[in-house]
Amino acid sequence: MQHLLSTADLTRDDALLILDTAAELAQISDRPMKKLPTLRGRTVVNLFYEDSTRTRISFEAAAKRLSADVINFSAKGSSVSKGESLKDTALTLQAMGADAVVIRHAASGAPHRLAHSGWIESTVINAGDGTHEHPTQALLDAYTLRKHLRDGDGDLAGARITIVGDVLHSRVARSNVLLLNTLGAHVTLCAPPTLLPVGVEEWPCAVSYALDQAIADADAVMMLRVQLERMNASFFPSAHEYSRRYGLDAQRMSTLPTHTIVMHPGPMNRGMEIAADVADSKRSVIVEQVSNGVSVRMAVMYLLLGGAESGIGGN
Amino acid sequence: MKTVLRNVAPYGEQAVDVVLDGDRIAALVPVGTGVGDLVHQFSGEVLLPGLVDLHTHLREPGREDAETILTGTRAAALGGYTAVHAMANTDPVADTAGVVEQVLRLGHAAGYVDVRPVGAVTVGLKGERLAELGAMADSAAQVRVFSDDGKCVSDPLLMRRALEYVKAFDGVVAQHAQEPRLTEGAQMNEGVVSARLGLAGWPAVAEEAIIARDVLLAEHVGSRLHLCHLSTEGSVDIIRWAKSRGINVTAEVTPHHLLLTDELAATYDPVYKVNPPLRTAADVEAVRAGLADGTIDIVATDHAPHPTEDKDCEWAAAAMGMLGLETALSVVIETMIDSGRLTWRQVAERMSTNPARIGRVTDHGNPLAAGEYANLCVVDPGAAWLVDPAALASRSRNTPYAARTMRGRVVATFLRGTATVLNGALAL
Amino acid sequence: MSDTADLRAVLEPADVARALSRIAHEIDERTKGADDIVLLGIPTRGVALAQRVAQRLAEIQAHAIPVGSLDITMYRDDLRLKKARALLPTEIPAGGIDDKTVILVDDVLFSGRTVRAALDALGDIGRPRMVQLAVLVDRGHRELPIRADYVGKNLPTSLRESVRVQLIEHDGEDGVYVGTAGA
Repeated sequence: MQHLLSTADLTRDDALLILDTAAELAQISDRPMKKLPTLRGRTVVNLFYEDSTRTRISFEAAAKRLSADVINFSAKGSSVSKGESLKDTALTLQAMGADAVVIRHAASGAPHRLAHSGWIESTVINAGDGTHEHPTQALLDAYTLRKHLRDGDGDLAGARITIVGDVLHSRVARSNVLLLNTLGAHVTLCAPPTLLPVGVEEWPCAVSYALDQAIADADAVMMLRVQLERMNASFFPSAHEYSRRYGLDAQRMSTLPTHTIVMHPGPMNRGMEIAADVADSKRSVIVEQVSNGVSVRMAVMYLLLGGAESGIGGN
Repeated sequence: MKTVLRNVAPYGEQAVDVVLDGDRIAALVPVGTGVGDLVHQFSGEVLLPGLVDLHTHLREPGREDAETILTGTRAAALGGYTAVHAMANTDPVADTAGVVEQVLRLGHAAGYVDVRPVGAVTVGLKGERLAELGAMADSAAQVRVFSDDGKCVSDPLLMRRALEYVKAFDGVVAQHAQEPRLTEGAQMNEGVVSARLGLAGWPAVAEEAIIARDVLLAEHVGSRLHLCHLSTEGSVDIIRWAKSRGINVTAEVTPHHLLLTDELAATYDPVYKVNPPLRTAADVEAVRAGLADGTIDIVATDHAPHPTEDKDCEWAAAAMGMLGLETALSVVIETMIDSGRLTWRQVAERMSTNPARIGRVTDHGNPLAAGEYANLCVVDPGAAWLVDPAALASRSRNTPYAARTMRGRVVATFLRGTATVLNGALAL
Repeated sequence: MSDTADLRAVLEPADVARALSRIAHEIDERTKGADDIVLLGIPTRGVALAQRVAQRLAEIQAHAIPVGSLDITMYRDDLRLKKARALLPTEIPAGGIDDKTVILVDDVLFSGRTVRAALDALGDIGRPRMVQLAVLVDRGHRELPIRADYVGKNLPTSLRESVRVQLIEHDGEDGVYVGTAGA
């Protein structure tokens, strides 16, 4: 597997290899020298068509810890904002000798196009495409879940994960449903019916409209960001009603089993899908998700770029 | 001058010699007995009336980088067509007598097929007020088909008025059925595949709701209504019901909706991006059944050329539409003839007679009989060919069948007795 | 490869045990009873060897010897010549390695490239007072200026030969075998 475009492409063994590798690499961040020589001389381009400082920084830190040269290519203020096509940008990066392109794009499938249109030979890593997928986010979520629920070892067989919120527009939800299912977890999606895609019934997960039932026996609850502008498109009547029906507040959190952790891919709307005291509580692993993100992205970059061929898949 | 088409099989039946006298068919005589100044030797290929497309985007004026009337009509002739209806969404929009007459004139000048301009229903396709439908009808272009295709006449009152108004000159409104609010930002069929791919959905109901409304409007005002590019099972059901009630409605299906499904979107290759979108296998089966039982009257190409840069990009940024003229008959052979769902006579009805009748094109779609205009095409149904986008006559390359082997090659096309295509190549 | 039929045994189980005991004694003598020794095995078989040596050394010195593992995958100079490999565990004992006498332990010393990578890896983890190298077998053919401080067995080989070390922890029994490469 040359590219990481979708968690659907990962087998259980692939996913575990990435998580195990990330676990080894996580030690690096505890060392005084937080750097490995592995990708010395390799060029990683962060091609970000959407503002996402957190994701870009995470990829940048990961690449730099592996000693890769990092070029940040932000669409704003560049030739892209002057109408340059994805194809022409790709040809430019190819000419510059990019070994990997980490792409964030508002259009679903843009990384797939980049990887499969013959424009470029680089490895393509999907850093979030439209409302499609965000595979490294799902991997870091799985890593975090495994650490808390399975002591950092093996898969997630039998774990109950409830994902709450705007599934329709969420690339995080798509990637997580596929990956967590591959790792043996039972996933439940919980959202108002307007924020679930038509066709969700074919996904390998359960679907619920009632939050209190959906989280009653969950081992982890993952809250998704809900953008306020969805309200104007009548996905729900008001922020207040959404928050009351689908928000995680302290009262709801108190009904969770004692071991249950609370996750959020960020950035959070405090007071909307998650109450501030929940986000800051001991159950919240939200800050930890961020640091795990660097380890997981290091693992992905090492396995895709470190050898003569990718270490993921192909067995 | 007399021309003989020796050894051709009208409707794939008994082979004959067809003798043409000038622009008309003079006689059908036993093979080997036809006498003329010029003899075209065939070997028993299928003879059909020249195909008539009710739905073609020729792009001129305005987008000559995608297609011109010359290149588009060449593609049409190679596909076996002798008449095409040029859709109104040009730049400027064909919403005045001046523009439709310009299109007519350019079609005449090219000389490959009869170009019948379609007039816009509303000024600038904006859906706000009626274009001068009567002026276009009375113009040299004799417009009878009116359509805002590419956009839906979504305002029910405006649609009612249009349906009523065109009665005065035996016109028909060809509706592009797409409820705009239900399809804001829509990228592909809404369903299991769109959920997986994260592409905004274009739900079947957005088509069906407009069709249901419009057949009821047509019934209410007693007008003739045509529905463009049916793509869903529900649409077929509604038309079937409407016809059973005696409503004067006709409907078309495109070749691509007869053959392709929304699974192709998984490639994220915008060559498969089209409006209405490719649907599910169940929908494909429904439109095939509808075409077979006559619920759907015609096959129309919705030939929609786009320059490379509008397709060589990410899906959401790409233009909607695909080429169709040069591959339509092959798709119909694959989906309808090979499966035994249609005979060649029925193909002739659905690709020539019926579209000519709906468009009020009197010189085309007529029986293969003495005295009729010699608008003809000769098809070798068994000939396999590899679709090479670069080899198509269209100026654009956006065929969804690239590198696909298809069967059925148009060997010759005659427009009023003059060969436009011979030996599978342009003859003019 | 568990089939050892084509291989010639050069060390029997008892020889392996003796070699490790001798290494432990030599470490004790050469480090003059230093109490700052850390043994780091290079995965995979170096880790088991380090643990055994540490155990023997602990018996001699009557106190526990810190032992860990050091994965050198990310520092290999042939990383890009092969498919990307899974990482092996790096476990540094709680006391760390700064100002310690670190003894790297591996099964076979050959080109020296593994040891070169291990020295780089070590440098990124801390600054030992001294680094030494212990190997069960030295088969020669060095490609870098590296030598071992403690050698269980010097084993002259040709480049066409392969050396296989088997340990109870991984292979069910101890032994060192020499065979023709590709056998």
